[in-house]
Amino acid sequence: MSAPSAKQGPGLLWIPLLGCFAFLYLPILVVVALSFNSGRSALNLQGLSLRWYAEVFRDGDLGHALLNTLLVATGTMVVSTVLGTMLAVGLVRHARSTALDAFAMTPAILPDLVLAIGLLSFFSWAGISLGLGTVMVAHTAFGTAFVVAVVRARLVQLDGSLEEASQDLGAGGLTTFVRVTLPSIAPAVVAGALLSFTLSVDEFVIAFFTNGPSSPTLPIEIYSRVRFGVTPEINALASLLLLVSVVAVVAGALALRRTETTDDD
Amino acid sequence: MTTVTRGRRAAGAAFLGPGLLFTAVFVAVPVLLVLSYTVFQRGRFGGVVHTFSLDNFSRALEPTFRSVLVSSVVTAAVATLIALAIGYPVACAIARLPERWRTIALVLVVIPFWTNFLIRTYAWIVLLNTQGVLNDALVGAGLVDERLDLLYTRGAVVAGLVYVYLPLMVLPIYASVARLDRELGEASADLGGTRVAGFLRVTLPLSLPGVVTGCIFVFVPSLGNFVVPELLGGGKTVMVGNLVRDQFLKARDWPFGATLALFVVVLLLVLFALQSLVSRRYSVEAGR
Repeated sequence: MSAPSAKQGPGLLWIPLLGCFAFLYLPILVVVALSFNSGRSALNLQGLSLRWYAEVFRDGDLGHALLNTLLVATGTMVVSTVLGTMLAVGLVRHARSTALDAFAMTPAILPDLVLAIGLLSFFSWAGISLGLGTVMVAHTAFGTAFVVAVVRARLVQLDGSLEEASQDLGAGGLTTFVRVTLPSIAPAVVAGALLSFTLSVDEFVIAFFTNGPSSPTLPIEIYSRVRFGVTPEINALASLLLLVSVVAVVAGALALRRTETTDDD
Repeated sequence: MTTVTRGRRAAGAAFLGPGLLFTAVFVAVPVLLVLSYTVFQRGRFGGVVHTFSLDNFSRALEPTFRSVLVSSVVTAAVATLIALAIGYPVACAIARLPERWRTIALVLVVIPFWTNFLIRTYAWIVLLNTQGVLNDALVGAGLVDERLDLLYTRGAVVAGLVYVYLPLMVLPIYASVARLDRELGEASADLGGTRVAGFLRVTLPLSLPGVVTGCIFVFVPSLGNFVVPELLGGGKTVMVGNLVRDQFLKARDWPFGATLALFVVVLLLVLFALQSLVSRRYSVEAGR
């Protein structure tokens, strides 16, 4: 399988490939380089220092916003994972219906702006005051859909014969779910949980519309600063967030590879 | 037998119920609610007055708003085409890498996408700034005499959109190209076809579903985006997303904001219909 591709190679396509990586990474690398500036400029490197990183860690507003974000993301993760996993099992094992599938995936496909104005209207119409709770509900609405997508993909790979055997032997729906289904889809459930957490941490548009004024999440705090221009402190913050996503993606790719190789055994 | 079926049906309802209910209450009802506002009017102090009227639609078609709608579609389409021009050869290149390098290349494409969207947009404010690195380089290389105003232009908005959504173009095209049987191309060559003919007749049509999916993945979020136009367009390049945001959060004319958003939703539905048409016609299975 890999033999013909290795033989052929990308040829002239190396040029767009390397060009694309330069395009993707140069802008962020410029920001990373400037984050080590010793001077007050966000645009010109005067000397090297870590002072802006110290500034980020000392910044109480950023810490507060980060805490809010982690709170919302944790709640979102827990509820989305429970709802999404159950929904995926129901969709694959109990009700094969393309209409229900499509309905469950709607929040993942809908433009974020449309869901954002919908939820703002809904909360206002229902008289629910905006805050971290409403952001969490909003994030759970689309987080659930992503958990469904991930868990569902795993469930369709497995045939339902083990579950049928369990039920034929007299085990109830709940026992079968806990003892048979759940262990076999555990990696996908964990992947879904991490995905819903990450999406919530990163999400800006929906949080911007469904949050109250007193408790900004980290993306909202970043937005309100970025609007007023470039500062070396944002450069340092950006570099830290970049580091977190590099670590997360590489760890995720390695974990995925490990589950794939154990599957082959 | 009947008790077993009944038991299973109850179990099915227990699994489906909570998730479907949550999605119905917090997705379906809110979206339908806000879309219903399109036929209502704004109250004197904000809010929604429930008297039926189609004024919002005629207002959305007035020249000021129509020009924003049209220019939003053009801007998003240009960004999509540029992303396609970059993304297609890149996806093909990745598909031809040896197994090991393929994974690394894909991870490298994905990493920026998992970096906060605002941070990636911010990087372009730094890059394109009049006092920024790109201007330093251009002046330093003697290519221009004076520093250019790169930021706060429509070009900056397009560049930003291409930058933030490029991974969404590469991945689906890669998925469809990687699935292609390489032997299909070789067979075409053996039968006397040139490489160009092989590409046009075999690779291109079979990768079309990936191309359409990638284009939708880039076009849809570009069209509804209000952050990139605000941060890189500096208020000079207004897109439909900015109008919707302003109607909801500043002017507090929710019915009119909803009408502008409906425009995005309708366009999205048309594109999805197009996608399912293309994927049915050109899927690998159909090709065989």
